[in-house]
Amino acid sequence: MECYDVVIIGGGPAGLAAAIKAREEGIENIIILERDKVLGGILNQCIHNGFGLHTFKEELTGPEYAGRFIDKVDEMGIPYKLNTMVLDINKDKEITAVNEVDGIIEIQAKAVILAMGCRERPRGAINIPGSRCSGIYTAGTAQKFVNVEGYMPGKEVVILGSGDIGLIMARRMTLEGAKVKGVIELMPYSGGLKRNIVQCLDDFGIPLKLSHTITNIKGKDRIEGVTVAKVDENRKPIPGTEEYIPCDTLLLSVGLLPENELSRKSDVILSSITGGPEVNESLQTNIEGIFSCGNVLHVHDLVDYVTMESYNAGKNAAEYVKGKNFNNNGIEVVAVQGVRYTVPKYINPSNVESPVELRFRVGDVYKDSFVSVYFDDEREMHLKKRILAPGEMETVKITKEMLEKYPKCNRITVKIEEV
Amino acid sequence: MFDITIIGAGVVGSSIARELSKYDLKVCVVEKHSDVAEGTSKANSAIIHAGHDAKTGTLKCKLNVKGNAMFDKLSEELDFPFKRNGSLVLCFDENDMDKLLELKERGHKNGVQEIQVLSRKELLELEPNLSEGVFSALFMPSGGIVCPYEMTIALAENAYVNGVEFKFDTEVKDIVKNEGSFIIKSNNGDIETKLIINAAGLFSDEINNMVSSNKIEIVPRKGEYCLFDKSVGNMLSRTAFHLPTKMGKGILVTPTVDGNLLIGPNAVDLEDKNEITTTQEGIDEVLSKAGLTLSQVPVRQVITSFSGLRAHSTSNDFIIGEADDVKNFINVAGIESPGLSSAPAIAEMVEEIVVEKLEPKKNEKFNPIRKGIPKFREMNNEERKELIAKDSSYGKIVCRCETVTEGEIVNAIRRPLGAKTLDGVKRRTRAGMGRCQSGFCSTRIVEILARELDVLPTEITKFGGSSKVLVGKNKRI
Repeated sequence: MECYDVVIIGGGPAGLAAAIKAREEGIENIIILERDKVLGGILNQCIHNGFGLHTFKEELTGPEYAGRFIDKVDEMGIPYKLNTMVLDINKDKEITAVNEVDGIIEIQAKAVILAMGCRERPRGAINIPGSRCSGIYTAGTAQKFVNVEGYMPGKEVVILGSGDIGLIMARRMTLEGAKVKGVIELMPYSGGLKRNIVQCLDDFGIPLKLSHTITNIKGKDRIEGVTVAKVDENRKPIPGTEEYIPCDTLLLSVGLLPENELSRKSDVILSSITGGPEVNESLQTNIEGIFSCGNVLHVHDLVDYVTMESYNAGKNAAEYVKGKNFNNNGIEVVAVQGVRYTVPKYINPSNVESPVELRFRVGDVYKDSFVSVYFDDEREMHLKKRILAPGEMETVKITKEMLEKYPKCNRITVKIEEV
Repeated sequence: MFDITIIGAGVVGSSIARELSKYDLKVCVVEKHSDVAEGTSKANSAIIHAGHDAKTGTLKCKLNVKGNAMFDKLSEELDFPFKRNGSLVLCFDENDMDKLLELKERGHKNGVQEIQVLSRKELLELEPNLSEGVFSALFMPSGGIVCPYEMTIALAENAYVNGVEFKFDTEVKDIVKNEGSFIIKSNNGDIETKLIINAAGLFSDEINNMVSSNKIEIVPRKGEYCLFDKSVGNMLSRTAFHLPTKMGKGILVTPTVDGNLLIGPNAVDLEDKNEITTTQEGIDEVLSKAGLTLSQVPVRQVITSFSGLRAHSTSNDFIIGEADDVKNFINVAGIESPGLSSAPAIAEMVEEIVVEKLEPKKNEKFNPIRKGIPKFREMNNEERKELIAKDSSYGKIVCRCETVTEGEIVNAIRRPLGAKTLDGVKRRTRAGMGRCQSGFCSTRIVEILARELDVLPTEITKFGGSSKVLVGKNKRI
């Protein structure tokens, strides 16, 4: 049984930042366990730029952004194992992992940082009827084929889902010579960042069909086309609006799911809304010494926020190893009225020194409305926002002063108000 | 010239092939797809029925009960997963109790020995996730669940190593009767054979009708299914049927032998034998009927849906035997439910016919034992350490959702009748069958297949034919 003070599961941007911060806080005995053959996580296949505007004031590509952190990890001599899959973990922080070189590895950790990222929702989970032919991919899988393996999954493409990955792949496939016939979006608004709509669709003349869905997939061996229909306000297809679009490729960008199978094994409580662990302001889960950050905690839009969040997790994991008790009883943060969820879900005032970045997402598009934060019944924040959308994560800062102002506070509520 | 040619490498054709490989006979199996189990054998309920349900006196009935009893030995010899988890037939209405008890009577007549009648209270104690609307049920402990494609692969592999030849991507276009033999005309040339065994499933009527005047008609009867994540695989321990209707056995809800939850099938008669798509109506029907059985259908845990076509014969029973007007042409046609359960018994029945005709010598080198691919995910850490020490590629996880190693995938490709496609790898190892449905591992599997088969990644297909995965390299299309 190998013993480590901090074990970080996942060597993507979250795990890398957490490891660097934990080491900076003085923890020597740390290790990153990464299942891929390189560090960097999903960034390795995101060869477009736009990463690092906040962190580095530069617009880097995914691999370049990851590279900054990988270089730092190597510089600091932080140990990591590649091609290593964590198979099991329990609430006592006993970890079982496997790789070709070491075989089965059994590790006892003092603190664990869950940074496993997320996976894509597949066709089967949304039950699109029709053929199970070849040529149907989730956008991320297609991205890996194109950007890492150097192969085109198809040449006449329809994309379902206007989340960022779908938008990025619309542009990517076009740049590689494919014809992208359209992006089909179920909701009346796009799920991705505004800048991606402009840079990936508008700039390339790729049509975006809002309030539409795919009702059938046709194809014998390989996909031959899809049937697209308009949907009503209940998101149900409207009979008579069907249109057949011939294509040889369907890319699906229909949701990202934090990959928390391991978290479940360690009895970590997950939020049914985010799919990720419920954490306090220090990013500790209900299990003392198990922390979480990055996409496994909640799906992010900007890697810069992942980095900030993960620095926080790394710092706190280090504090935990050094003996700090995070006292998991905190004020519950409740999301209502337009706000789908908040991370963190609990704030323990005794742990707060610098402001807590309270991140949240709304469930609909709101124009000219207010983000309000209540401490019990007292409205403490009332911020005007010209536009709020589900595809753009928002932040409010909860300061130490605010918490001191309401010492008996039982609940913090975040909501959207029209006036 | 072959002594015997079996048309069709589904579970029936493969069972017969394995049985006949016990003899000193030159046998070949002709299969139009690129792999075994590409037809109905890969898309069914995977139930080994107790046998209570079939009409008394039919071949379906006789062979179901006989076949059911053979699964313990067969699954052990051939190393495929099989579990006698027990079957329930649910009754929701007190007024239907007479039908339920009739079924029990029929079951006993058919030769099913143990059938209990359970009260609502007993049922809900055994299966707490059943809906409150259940009134009573029959319980048959002899019912089981199996992995139908793993079983077919195991049978075919064993037949192959014992001397049976397999010709894939070979479609029978016509059959010409000669003096004492047949010439099978295929897209891959002619095959001369003394005997033909027609196990062509959905197309067994077309094959029969090439030579016999006693026409057979097969109607493709589609059944759709929904498969749920393993996290809800233990909602039921036993397989739960509804009291049967005229169209079939009704929707069932069952754990699978691999730990998922499976619901389905509905029943819709078609004209097109290649119509294996799923439909919105079918998926909706299946999900809604599952709501009769389960107090809560875990819709958010669906990972995929699929459909299978039953080879329904208009004569309503299996058609097994030498064609009246064509000597040495043996039909094994119209094998729909309980075809899977009956397969081992069907094979013995065909074996008897063949032995009587040809009086063959025994194959002294016949080895009944087939060892499957080691399952890393089912091993304890000690066993895993041993396996990795022998071959380090068993330490490299490729499919994260199902915990499948590179060692297993390479094994699946290199072994007898090895995988040549993504689906071939999937069915032999489960890589790609998990919750992400090969989103994570498909790039790796394409790479491994290309490397092992020594072809370009652009030649790899999902299931043969023109089901290519990739169209070319970047910037060259």
